[in-house]
Amino acid sequence: MSMDWKSYKPLLLPNIKNLHQIDVYEKNGGYDSLKDVLKNKDGKWAKDNVTNEVKSAGLRGRGGAGFNTGLKWSFMPKPDGGPRYIAANGDESEPGTFKDRQIFEYNPHLFIEGAVIAAYAMTVNAVYVYIRGEYRSWIQKLQNAVDETYKKGYLGKNILGSGVDIDLYLHSGAGAYICGEESSLMESLEGKRGYPRLKPPFPAQKGLWGRPTTINNIETLSNVPFIIKNGADWYSNLGAAKHPGPVLYGISGHVNKPGVYEFPTGMPIMTLINEVAGGVRNGKKVKAVVPGGSSTPVLRADQLEGLTMDAESLREAGSMMGTAGLCVLDEDTDMIDFLWRITHFYHHESCGQCTPCREGTGWLEKLLLKIKNGEGEYRDLDILLDLCTQMEGRTICALADAAAWPVRYTISRFRDEFEARCKKTIYATA
Amino acid sequence: MDIAFDKSDFEEIEKIKAKYPTNMSAVMPVLWFAQEKFGHVDEEVQKIVAEVLDLPEAHVYGVVSFYTQFYNKKMGKYVLDVCTCFSCQVTGGYDILEYIEDKLGIKAGETTEDGLFSIQSVECLGACGYAPILQVSNDVYVNHLTKEKVDQLIDSLREDKMPEFESIPLPQHQKEEN
Repeated sequence: MSMDWKSYKPLLLPNIKNLHQIDVYEKNGGYDSLKDVLKNKDGKWAKDNVTNEVKSAGLRGRGGAGFNTGLKWSFMPKPDGGPRYIAANGDESEPGTFKDRQIFEYNPHLFIEGAVIAAYAMTVNAVYVYIRGEYRSWIQKLQNAVDETYKKGYLGKNILGSGVDIDLYLHSGAGAYICGEESSLMESLEGKRGYPRLKPPFPAQKGLWGRPTTINNIETLSNVPFIIKNGADWYSNLGAAKHPGPVLYGISGHVNKPGVYEFPTGMPIMTLINEVAGGVRNGKKVKAVVPGGSSTPVLRADQLEGLTMDAESLREAGSMMGTAGLCVLDEDTDMIDFLWRITHFYHHESCGQCTPCREGTGWLEKLLLKIKNGEGEYRDLDILLDLCTQMEGRTICALADAAAWPVRYTISRFRDEFEARCKKTIYATA
Repeated sequence: MDIAFDKSDFEEIEKIKAKYPTNMSAVMPVLWFAQEKFGHVDEEVQKIVAEVLDLPEAHVYGVVSFYTQFYNKKMGKYVLDVCTCFSCQVTGGYDILEYIEDKLGIKAGETTEDGLFSIQSVECLGACGYAPILQVSNDVYVNHLTKEKVDQLIDSLREDKMPEFESIPLPQHQKEEN
């Protein structure tokens, strides 16, 4: 990619001191998009036009699935006078992901502005922001920003004299990975155990409290104000053609300068590791990278050359963009140990509703622990792959798939290492 | 402590309920509120939460037992949630956990005899770039852990001083401000 990333000026997290304060945010053009939309001069920002602008900008969800955001909004049925909701997803529980908290801390009003515009476009009167319970400090920060917003009249009744009423409430999770899954999130908001729902009905038909609901990630909604401000054409030319826009890359693991960095989509992975994040610690070599959170298939070092961070390139390379949370592993990493810990995570987080997942995640962990402890046999690897096949696509939600993919791809891409740890047991036949 | 809500608690709970179209939806925020007050949400607390929201006790129990941050029994005054997941695993999370276990003479899942500390080995806390990390009592994160940092933390907690929130500057901001 020819983009000059060194001169890139962040849009989601610009370098402006005290931007979390509403006065500073306003001074830097904040809430201008919302004002413009609500003014709706000559019908320019009629509700459908807002949705269409976001749709043609090509903004894709930043929570993992990468679905076109405007298209998702367009699935909301026509208003019938009853309540309709947005659930903003700040559960951020996929291991390797720590991006949305930076928005809460450094630019909360960008998110709030985006959420209010989205609510206007979809005729929604209440936005519920679901944030993982561990983020207590950040929930407080966002709450402070929300309180400021109400005082300024960008939230509440008759916003800026437009006749539009929108409320925004924060809801704290309490420690459950599964509540980042949209239907589980809704169950949790309704005050229940976070058991994912069967689809259909989809949330746009029957979501929160049985009413039309759209679920969007925090970073996704934060893109909306500058799509409105600069237009869909401008946005769709940022980064990768089929997956445009700025992205918060969360880089962790064995690098010298881990952290969250904002660049357009389509950044070369090796540039992110070697130049942006300061290279691998202690001068070691890269062994592997998990590109988008723990569920995305691991990539070997030899698969990384020339590879860029966008949905299409990563799919071709045999992985996924996920949440753009990259975990970099150095040459000394024990892949068996690493994979075992991932299976432990998914076993712990399976909600227990579907048998293939509840039992399968347990068996994945058990077999990997056996291999890790030097008791594994060759055939255990094939049993593991068979287990994956029995889990993938056979459950209500995608947690079983998320648990199976790391196993399938870590074994297939590091088979030698797994075999070397296993005993060559020969079974006598009768 | 008597397990009961007082007048000002009921007022607070009414405010929570007003945010949602159903009482049931208020169960998690009310449990958080109760845990803040009583230090845990054991069966006695669950009972009064069920009462105030007019829900079956079994439902409240179901919620408490689903979410890891609700304590269904009395915990130490300070709960150290040490992340050992994913990025924390590969950057020494387990070494930190073992060091804390040795230092306090208890294992993850246990509480010291003086009731001051509990240790838990937890799943990803969403601070992967600042690994290894821990969270104190569902509240402040302590980042970039080293043994020295653990020593300091435990000393200050023994003196009843909670660590302060640490704002970690974004690397791109640091660079441009030069």
